[in-house]
Amino acid sequence: MGSNRSATPRPAGGRVLLAAVAAGTLALAACSGPGATDAGGGGGQQPGGSGELRVAVISHGTPGDAFWNVVKNGAETAGKELGVQVDYNAAGDPSAQAKLIDNAVAQKVGGLVVSMANPDALRDSIRKAADSGIPVITINSGEKRSAEFGAITHVGQSEEVAGERAGENLKQSGRTKLLCIIHEAGNVALNERCDGARRSFGDVQNLQVDISNPTDVQARIKGALQSDSSIDAVLTLNPQVAANAVSAVRESGSQAKVATFDLNSDVVSFIKSGQLEFALDQQQYLQGYLPVTFLKLFRDNANTVGGGKPVLTGPQIVDKSNVDKVGSFAERGTR
Amino acid sequence: MAVATPTVDERLARVGVLDRLLVRPELGAVLGALVVFTFFSVFTDQFLSPAGAATWLDDASTLGIMAVGVAMLMIGGEFDLSAGVMTASTALVTAILATQLGLNVWLALGGSLLFALAVGAFNGFVVMRTGLPSFIVTLGMFLALQGLNLGVTRLFTGSVQVSGISSVDGYESAGFLFASTVQIGSMTLQVSVLWWLLVAGVATWVLLRTRFGNWIFAVGGSVTSARQVGVPVMRTKILLFMTTAFAAWVVGSINILRFTTVQANQGIGLELQFIVAAVVGGCLLTGGFGSAIGAAIGALIFGMTRQGIVFARWDTDWFMLFLGVMLLAAVLVNNAFRRKAERVRR
Repeated sequence: MGSNRSATPRPAGGRVLLAAVAAGTLALAACSGPGATDAGGGGGQQPGGSGELRVAVISHGTPGDAFWNVVKNGAETAGKELGVQVDYNAAGDPSAQAKLIDNAVAQKVGGLVVSMANPDALRDSIRKAADSGIPVITINSGEKRSAEFGAITHVGQSEEVAGERAGENLKQSGRTKLLCIIHEAGNVALNERCDGARRSFGDVQNLQVDISNPTDVQARIKGALQSDSSIDAVLTLNPQVAANAVSAVRESGSQAKVATFDLNSDVVSFIKSGQLEFALDQQQYLQGYLPVTFLKLFRDNANTVGGGKPVLTGPQIVDKSNVDKVGSFAERGTR
Repeated sequence: MAVATPTVDERLARVGVLDRLLVRPELGAVLGALVVFTFFSVFTDQFLSPAGAATWLDDASTLGIMAVGVAMLMIGGEFDLSAGVMTASTALVTAILATQLGLNVWLALGGSLLFALAVGAFNGFVVMRTGLPSFIVTLGMFLALQGLNLGVTRLFTGSVQVSGISSVDGYESAGFLFASTVQIGSMTLQVSVLWWLLVAGVATWVLLRTRFGNWIFAVGGSVTSARQVGVPVMRTKILLFMTTAFAAWVVGSINILRFTTVQANQGIGLELQFIVAAVVGGCLLTGGFGSAIGAAIGALIFGMTRQGIVFARWDTDWFMLFLGVMLLAAVLVNNAFRRKAERVRR
C-alpha cells in the first residue's frame, strides 16, 4: 500500500486549519450577500470612445454546433468589414457562460453580445457588464428579460411567434395531428416553440429525444409514428433532427409531412425533393452580424435601432418557391 | 558476541528535503499550476488583474470542491460517476422544495442535504453489498438521476427549469453563506472560493492527521489487508461516497443560490472533469495514493486554463485538445515522480 503520510506527525496542522477558519470568518465579515429579486437594469452605458472596438460574443451553443457556427460566421464577417475585433466564446452550461461574461468584463471589452437561454443565471453577470459601462446586446433567446438587465437591444426571433407560424402553416395544409420533437432536455426556447405550435394548431404531442445520439432520435420518431398512425405531421426544431425525421417517416411508411426550424444543406435538398414541406429560418447569420454592426454604430454614432425594441431576424419561410436561392447560401455557411 | 556498528533502521533513515518533496503526490500539480500561471500571466494582460484573477478563481472553486470530494473517494479506491449530475439534483431539490412547496430556503437546503447523503449512502451500500465495481453502480445512478431530474422538474413546474428562489423566505441569509462576494482589496471574490479553501483544508487534515484518514488510504491500497488489520471497510467506503455527495450538495447550493435558477440538464459530463482534476492532482486510478490539496490544485489548473485561453483570445475550438494534452502531460510527470519517489523510499 502506498501512502503519502509523512513520517513525523506535526501538531501544526490543526493550528493552520484553525487559522484558516479564523481568516475565513474575518473575511466573511467584510462580504456582501446577494440581493433578493429586484427589477431595474443597470445604467452607465455611454456611447463614445475611439480606437479599435473589441466585441465579445458569448453564446450558449456547444462547440461544433452547426447553427451557432453560422452566428459565429456572421459576427466575424461583420467584424472584418467594420474593422471590429470579434472574440467568439460559447458554453452550454449557464454557470460557465456567466463566468465567460465575467471574463469579458475583466478584459474591459468595448461591447458584449450574449445569448440568454437561461436569463436568471446570467442576470448578475450581465448587470455587472452594463454597470461597468459596457454596452450589451442580447441575441437569440431571452428577449423578455433583455431590457430589464440593461441591454441596449435584443436581436432574435420570438420563439412562440415562430411556433405559431409553423402550426398555422401545417394546419392550412390540412393536417390534424402534430408530433413536436424536442431535442434538448432543459431548453426553454424549444418548449416555447412547441407551445406556440399548439396554440395555432391544436392537437400537438411532444416527443423528447437526445440530439447527441442520432440513431436514438430516428428510432424514437419511428416508434412514435408506428404506435400512432393518426400522426400526420412532424415538426422538428433543429435541421439535424429534421434529417432523422425524414428517414423515420420513410422507414415507418407513414404519410406524415415534416417541417422544421432552421436550415442546413440537408434540409435544402429535402425541400427541393419534396420530402420536407418547409423550414422556418430565423436567419441566425443576422444574430451575429447585426449586433456587431449595432455596437459599432452605438459607439461611433450613438444609434440604437428601433429605440431598443427587439429586432426580429425571423421567421422566414423557406419552401419550394425560394429554396434554390437560399440553398446556395446555406452551403457557404451564412444561412 | 559483539555488535560493531548497528545499522540504522531504514524507516528511520534521514531523507533529504528534495526527496521528501518528490514523494508528495501533489508535486506534479504544483509545478503544472506554476507553469500555467506564469504562461498566462506573461502572455495576457488581464490574467493577473484583480478582476481577471477573480474570474479564474471563481471557475476553479466549484470544480475544486467536487475534485476534493472525488479525490478522497478515489484514494479510497472507488469512483463516483454520478457526482456531476448530483450537483444539479441537489440544486433542483432545493429549488423545488423552496419554490413549489413553499419551504423556507434553509429548510429546503436541509432537505436536499438529506437527499444527497441518502444517495451517497445508497451508492456506497450497493457497491459494498454486491461487490460490483463502483464504476457500474454509479453509472446507473448517473443515468437514473438524469431521468429523475428531468421527470420531477417537468412534473412540478411543467417546464425544464426551476427559478424564483430569490423571492422565497430565507434567501438572503442562505445566500450570504453560499453566494455572497468578498471584497479583498480591489478584488471581488465569490464566497465559493472560500468554500473551496475550507473543503481542501478540512479534507487534507482528515487524510493526514486522523484515524479515518488512515482508513481511507488503507481501504484504497488493499481491501483485504485493511480488513485483516481491523479497518471497518464498509463504513469507511460508505462514508466516502457520502462525502462526495456532500460536496455535490455544497456545489449545488452555491449554484442555485447564486444563479437563482437551475436547468434539469445541468451537470452532465462534469463528473469526468472532477476525475481529471483529481488525477492531475496526483490521485491514482487504482486507489491508495493521492492528495486533497493536489485535487484542489488540479482544479486550479483547470480554471486557469479555461479562462486563460479566453484572456489569450485563442480560438476556443481548441480548448479540449489543450485539456487532453495537459491531462496526459500531468499524468506522465506524476508517474515519473512516483517512480523516483518509490526509489527514495526503498
